[in-house]
Order: sequence, then structure tokens, then C-alpha cells
Amino acid sequence: MSGLTYEAVARFAQQGGLIYFGLIFLAGVAYALWPSKKAEFQHAAHMPLDDEELS
Amino acid sequence: MSAPTNTSAGPPAGSSVLLIISVVGAFLAILGAGLTHDPLFRLQAATLALAGVIAAFVLNGGLAGGTLRDHPDQYSDNVIKAGVIATMFWAAAGLLVGVIIAAQLAWPRIFYFPDLGFLNFGRLRPLHTSAVIFAFGGNALIATSFWVVQRTCKARLAGGITPWFVFWGYQLFIVMAATGYLMGATQGKEYAEPEWYTDLWLTIVWVAYLLVFLGTIWKRKEPHIYVANWFYLAFIVTIALLHLVNNASVPVGLLNHKSYGVMAGVQDALTQWWYGHNAVGFFLTAGFLAMMYYFVPKRVERPVYSYRLSIVHFWALIFIYIWAGPHHLHYTALPQWAQTLGMTFSIMLWMPSWGGMINGLMTLSGAWDKLRTDPVVRMMVVSIAFYGMSTFEGPVMSIRAVNALSHYTDWTIGHVHSGALGWVGFISFGAVYCLVPWLWKKPGLYSNKMVEWHFWIATTGILLYIAAMWVSGIMEGLMWREYTPQGFLAYSFIETVSAKHIENIIRTVGGLMYLAGALIMIVNLWKTISTPYAELADAPAAPATAIA
Repeated sequence: MSGLTYEAVARFAQQGGLIYFGLIFLAGVAYALWPSKKAEFQHAAHMPLDDEELS
Repeated sequence: MSAPTNTSAGPPAGSSVLLIISVVGAFLAILGAGLTHDPLFRLQAATLALAGVIAAFVLNGGLAGGTLRDHPDQYSDNVIKAGVIATMFWAAAGLLVGVIIAAQLAWPRIFYFPDLGFLNFGRLRPLHTSAVIFAFGGNALIATSFWVVQRTCKARLAGGITPWFVFWGYQLFIVMAATGYLMGATQGKEYAEPEWYTDLWLTIVWVAYLLVFLGTIWKRKEPHIYVANWFYLAFIVTIALLHLVNNASVPVGLLNHKSYGVMAGVQDALTQWWYGHNAVGFFLTAGFLAMMYYFVPKRVERPVYSYRLSIVHFWALIFIYIWAGPHHLHYTALPQWAQTLGMTFSIMLWMPSWGGMINGLMTLSGAWDKLRTDPVVRMMVVSIAFYGMSTFEGPVMSIRAVNALSHYTDWTIGHVHSGALGWVGFISFGAVYCLVPWLWKKPGLYSNKMVEWHFWIATTGILLYIAAMWVSGIMEGLMWREYTPQGFLAYSFIETVSAKHIENIIRTVGGLMYLAGALIMIVNLWKTISTPYAELADAPAAPATAIA
């Protein structure tokens, strides 16, 4: 347990956290910009305007 | 007793179960009220019992008389109508209490009755914050989320009677919390004052709300989940999590209103501000961004400016907001690295916040003329502008050096109100102005001119309010840090209070104007609901141009 010092935990949390958040952000951007999603998002942008009643 | 004439659709699913729960709940509450030695708990239990008895009578009457019927082929709009009316009612109540306590700050002897403790500032202040945030804002969020999730999923609300349970259960939570504050039942936690039994009740209601929302998304006929629903879902899920962790406490007894939190000291402080700032981030931001993403495109009849931006700023917003709370604890016992972390994430928040602002404003591309002709659009656009302004001001105030001046001063109050009155209030008013004619099937509002009056009176009121608070906040911040050459504080505390007298009066006037605007809205919406379709259709079109 001697390896589990405050410094070691802090380094893991700080550097690991940076990488973790960086990757999540990149994944979000990649999803948003994914070419094959373009049509779906274009349709989605118009969704509030489509106001037909239920059935 | 006559049999229902049309039995093609029975009562909504779960009606009988809810009837049984109401009866059992009322029985337990009566038992609690009878057995307790705590007079405050007795009154709260009696309130609960009364609500249970009323619910049982109404449900029983509806089931026996056949009036309580399901309509699986239509959207559930009646619960939204109730939500809109509740939103209007709580707006008036919450803003009125705000004006009263503002007046108490300006003139300490006004509304002060030594024998009526429940009218003291300390009791009324949490009543004001809870009434405007949770009662007004919460009802606006629940009502609009029920509208938006049905329309964008092309599905009726899930859960049979459950949406009605969510609506009335939430009103009961508000009444329990508000009457509790007036009697002195409080945990003393910012924006989380209700005691343990009220917290437990809200947990039940909130889980039901989550299930209704998820159930509706589950049975959607539209494959894509629209971005507004993501924002609503983030709001519902995160509030559930925040509520449970922040309110972890042990009651003194099961028949006693008092409880003690399981955390203490700096851990408690950090938890409270983790809760407190995310109440801002997820209740007052994510939920109302959801409103923006539906009602702005709908009203201006333009698609969302950039759907990709909405995705990126959604994920960035929710991942960053959750870390920003420690900026409320600069110069405290909280370790400095944690303070710096909160400050850094607060500054990073500027980007996703402005991503949302830009996306909302640019949705008007090709329809900017509506800003001049449609006062409801103008209200929503000014709301987004206030969102941009307060989410710029917030990161600045989170910087430790700025916070040294701003913290504990009126500047913070002004900042909160530019967000609450400008952003949250105006976007909700805009949504309600849209919803009332849609729900009650009217061609338009009773009077666009009254919307103009509402807009200008309320906007002027906000500007008076926040300008006064900037002046008094910076003044008192500077006075608090002023030293004499001998090293003593230059001013006593009461000197800094009396120096703010004029600003406190201006703030009261600003609040009064905002309340007046809301009352004009209520009259306008009431007339919209009560005037027949044909009369509204005859009204001269586009009166807005007469003013411009």
C-alpha cells in the first residue's frame, strides 16, 4: 500500500482525468461531424416544425 | 350509480392503484399527526393527510362516475394545461414574495411584526427562492417537457395516470416545503431547505417523472431522439442524483420534523455547493435550454441553426458543469487545488454556454424580421441574450481575485437575477405565450400589445435590478476591504448596509415592475383562454407594427 501516496493518486486523477475528458470530447465531436449522420441531423433540426397530431 | 355510457376506453392505467396509495398514505399521515409530540410535524402530516383524502375522493369519484377515461389515440394535453396554469400561479406568488423581501431589505420596519415570526425575512427568503425556482421554474419545465417529448417522439405520455401523479405530487411538494419554511422547518441548505420527509416525497415524485419521460421516449415513433429531450433528460437525471446525495440525512425520529445531515464541515460545504451550482447548471440551464431548442425554432418557423453544435455543446455543458461548484468556496477550508479546479471548469463553461446562445440566436437566420413583429419572439431572443450575458459574468466572478471582491455581496444577487429574471423567466414566459393558444386551440393571443407592455416593463425592471446590484455589490465589496492607516477596518458592517439604501429601493422597484409584467401576462393568457375562438380570430392582425 506504500505506492498509494497522495501524489500518486493526485497524478492519476489529474492526468487520467485530462485524457479521459479529452477523449470524451473528441468522441462527441466525431459523432457530431460523422459524415453518414448528416442526413439524420438535418432531419432532426426540422423536428420541432413538424407538428402533425397523433394518429 | 349509473354505469358509464361509453366504455370503449377505460380509466388510465394505474388509477385504482393510485387510489389505494392515496387512502393508505392518508391513513398513515393521520396516524403520524395523531402520534407525534412535535407540533410542527403534526401540521405537516395533517397537510399530507388532507392531500391524500382529497386525492382519494377525486379518484374515487372519477372512477365511479366514469369521467376518468384514457384517450390512447391523443396526446395528453390536459396535464400540460394544468401545468401552465400552475406556472402562472406560482410565478405571481414567488415574484410577490420577492418584492416583499426586497422591500424588507430597503425598509427594515416594513412588513415587520414581532409577533408574526413567519413573516420575517429569514422565513420568507427561502419561500421566495423555492417558489420562483422550483414552483414557477419547475412547473414550467414539467409542463413544457410533457409537451415537447410527446411532439418530438410522436407518442402519448407513458404511464397512464402517472403524469397526473407527477403534477399533483409536485404541487404537494411545493405546499409542504413552503408551509414548512414559514413554520421554521428547514435544513438550512441553500436551495435544498425542505426537511427529510418532504425530500423523500419529492424523490418519489421525481422518479415517477423520470419514468414517464423515459417511457414516452421508449415508445417513440421517431427514431431520432431530439436534442431538447436530451437536455430535459440530463436535467431530470442529474437533479435526482443531486437531490439524493445533498439531502442524505438522519431524522431525529420518525415522528419528528428535524434531521441532521450525514456529512459535516468542509465535506458538507463541498456537497452543498456541488448541489447548489448544479441546481443552476441542470435545473436553471439544461432544462431551459431544452425549452429554447423547441420553442424558438417552432415560433420562428426555422430549423435549429446547427444541430451539430447542439450535440457538441450539450455534452460539453453537462460534463463541465458538474465540476464547477467549488468556485462558491474560494478562501474557505476547502483545499486550494479544489477551489482552482472549480474555477477552471467555470471558465471552461463559457464555451458550451455561448455555443448554446449562438445556436439559439442564429436559429432566427432568415426570420430576423420577427424580432420586430412578434413580441413573443423578442422576449425569447432577449432571454437568450441574458443567458449569454450571465454565463459570461459567471466565469468572471468565479476567478479567485474577482471573487474576493464579489463574494457575499449584492453583485452575486444581481448575477443570479440576470439569469433568473432574464434567462429563465423570459424563456418560460415565451414558451407559455406559445403554449396557451396551442393547448386551448385558439388562433392567437388575446392581445399582442399586452405582450409588448409585459416585455418592456419587465425588461426595464431587470435592468434597474441588476444595475442597482452591480453598484451596491461593488460598493460594499470595496467598503469591506477598506483599511485605515492603523490597520483597522474602515467601516462597520451596518455602515455598509445603510450605504445600500438607495440601491435596495431601486431593486424593489425593479422587482415590482417585473411582477407587474407577469400580472399583465396572466390577464392576457386568462383572456386568451376565456375568449371564444371566433372573437380572437376577428382581432386586428399584427398589432405589433402599430408600436414599431
